[in-house]
Amino acid sequence: MTATYELTDIRHCYGDRCVVDIPTLDVPKGEILGLVGPSGAGKSTLLRLLDFLETPTQGRIRFAGTEIDGDASLATRRDVTTVFQRPMLLKRSVAANVRVGRKLRGLDTKNGCTEQWLDRLGLTDLADAPARTLSAGEAQRVALARALVIEPSVLLLDEPTGNLDPYNVGLLEEIVRSENSERGTTIVIVTHDVFQARRLADRTGLMVAGRMVELADTEAFFSAPQQPQTAAFLRGDLLL
Amino acid sequence: METLGRSFADAIGLLWGMDSALIETVVLTLQVTLVALAIALVIGIPIGAAIGLARHLPGRWLIVPLIYTGMGLPPVTVGLFTYLLLSNQGPLGSLGWLFTPAGMIVAQTIIALPLVVGLTMAAVQGVDPNLPVQMVSLGATRRQVASVTLLEARVGVTAAVVAAYGAIISEVGAVMLVGGNIEGETRVLTTAIVLETRRGNFALAMALGIILLSLAFLTNFAFHRLQVHQGVR
Amino acid sequence: MPSRIIVFVVVVLLAASCSSGTSDEVQVLRLATTTSTNDSGLLDALLPAFEAKNDARVDVVAVGTGQAIALGEAGDADVILVHARAREDSFVAEGHGTARFDVMYNDFVIVGPADDPASIAGIPLASEAFAAIYTAEATFASRGDDSGTHSKERSLWEAAGMTSDPDAGWHKALGQGMGSTLNYANEVGAYALTDRGTFLAQGDTLQNLRVMVGGASIDENTDPSLLNPYGVIPVNPDKGGIDTDLADLFVDWLTSIETQQQIEIFGIDSFGQPLFYPDSEAWRNR
Repeated sequence: MTATYELTDIRHCYGDRCVVDIPTLDVPKGEILGLVGPSGAGKSTLLRLLDFLETPTQGRIRFAGTEIDGDASLATRRDVTTVFQRPMLLKRSVAANVRVGRKLRGLDTKNGCTEQWLDRLGLTDLADAPARTLSAGEAQRVALARALVIEPSVLLLDEPTGNLDPYNVGLLEEIVRSENSERGTTIVIVTHDVFQARRLADRTGLMVAGRMVELADTEAFFSAPQQPQTAAFLRGDLLL
Repeated sequence: METLGRSFADAIGLLWGMDSALIETVVLTLQVTLVALAIALVIGIPIGAAIGLARHLPGRWLIVPLIYTGMGLPPVTVGLFTYLLLSNQGPLGSLGWLFTPAGMIVAQTIIALPLVVGLTMAAVQGVDPNLPVQMVSLGATRRQVASVTLLEARVGVTAAVVAAYGAIISEVGAVMLVGGNIEGETRVLTTAIVLETRRGNFALAMALGIILLSLAFLTNFAFHRLQVHQGVR
Repeated sequence: MPSRIIVFVVVVLLAASCSSGTSDEVQVLRLATTTSTNDSGLLDALLPAFEAKNDARVDVVAVGTGQAIALGEAGDADVILVHARAREDSFVAEGHGTARFDVMYNDFVIVGPADDPASIAGIPLASEAFAAIYTAEATFASRGDDSGTHSKERSLWEAAGMTSDPDAGWHKALGQGMGSTLNYANEVGAYALTDRGTFLAQGDTLQNLRVMVGGASIDENTDPSLLNPYGVIPVNPDKGGIDTDLADLFVDWLTSIETQQQIEIFGIDSFGQPLFYPDSEAWRNR
């Protein structure tokens, strides 16, 4: 089966500063990949490359079997979406925010999809509330609903539960997990919470200074890390 | 004091009596101002949004101060410039727009345009810079990013509309120079006020001023209703 | 540091605005007159002599005739100098002014485009020329502002048999000053009634206009109805705050033979002809 992503010789630099340096990375379809590592390791940048928000300075990306030459096409871009740490909601109602992805694509918004997702994320009562009145947890749930209602092949998450209470963390993780198991959505999640990675990911990777230090099945990654840096990271030591 | 009191009475009397010359003047005032405003909005909002979104635009260091300066253009200077442009000896003399409402619309559009561009630009810049990224991630095209951002900035954009409208409905220098204050053809409320003042009819001039303010208030009231209806206070 | 600079600037600005308001021991005469009188430059040439002689300052407010008279009625001027005989007489009759005195006169001319669509060039009487313009429906630029010139226009339309301002499309009521009206006439090729002085003073900027009726100088003006007399009227002291002594001195000075001689020669250097003709009682009896 074709991998969703095949990255080869990816280097992404801003001027002289290279922030991502990954010779090879394959993400199989339907996998949940967890990325952990210290701040500034390039995890968010990698996610931006996977979301086609930026084109890598060097290297090739194949997506669903097709080589991405230069800028990805609109159709390709619309197959991937990111939930960021801060949900950038629009000054509209909750329901309008959830609908926005479908509206951008010119898709039908009256088919009940929006209501379904509002319901799954416990937002039905807040459907008409202005987005600015929401708590952090509620806002992030809206962001997740908005991402899933467009039914992407790939869902990227950049520290999505960083500042949320345990209830919301649990709810979001459950939705992500069932999205993956029910629809086979490929998921890449960047998180500072190693336990979250352990709970959700099929494979986990440690990135340090732009490089993928270790990438392994999650159980192996946590119980028997191959690299000294991984072990040090899991212990909570500062990695230089 | 007596003049002021008489002015209010005169204003009501004029409106009540539906004085035909007054109606003509009011209609022309609205025609010229609203057409100029519409043109300025159609041209200016996209430009303002584009500049506001392009945070790394080359030449920004020059463009932005130029726009800000344009926002403070003295209307009479714009009037003079337009007059020279449209005069027989000027480059656009063959259009024959001097001393016609068309010429007045040109002048007022020039006055309104920098205001629309500058304030739209500022409103768009005030939108969270992370918004375009999020929108692109959700699948927006460049055009869609611009329109969503404009919608997010709608409070500021409405302010741009209101400011431009206020500036041109109340200006007198440009329409006097370019229009000529010809009775029945290019006389608007502001130039009529100048004329009546010159004639010594202070109460009438004041009454016209009150009518002008009322017009401005009514339109602004409508603009604000629109703002509220859009769910913004 | 920056806050100290701000304080310094504010203090300097305040000091500047204060000093400009200091009252000298100079008397001030408020003179309300018309824009055309002021634009001719006559007052700039004459007034320094009055100011020096009386240790005074004349504040000239140049506005439309109607407004100048209104200023007199309100007591916002000490003396008015206008050229609208009927309204001047009413001004005195209604008690706004003490008395009216002759000062000078100039003349009106009818100007028009070189191609002369109504064929009025050289017609001796202005009322006949106006009739011709009316028949030809040639574009006419009217002052339309109740000024002295506008009053003269109206009297000429009347003399030609029309009872009110024609309101057909060819008669454009501008509602502006003489200069702007002439600019308009020049631009579109229209006829206009103007005082000779303003027309001469605007010179080259009016390339398209020629004098059609009224001759090349006042001596050649064959129509007495085109004569334009000026009157000076001190404002009634009952209004309060009127500097009557200074106003009376002004009237005496303006009508004195010495000043009248100055009026006689004003304009000869620039235009080869005088713009005004002295006509005070003292002058006539000299």
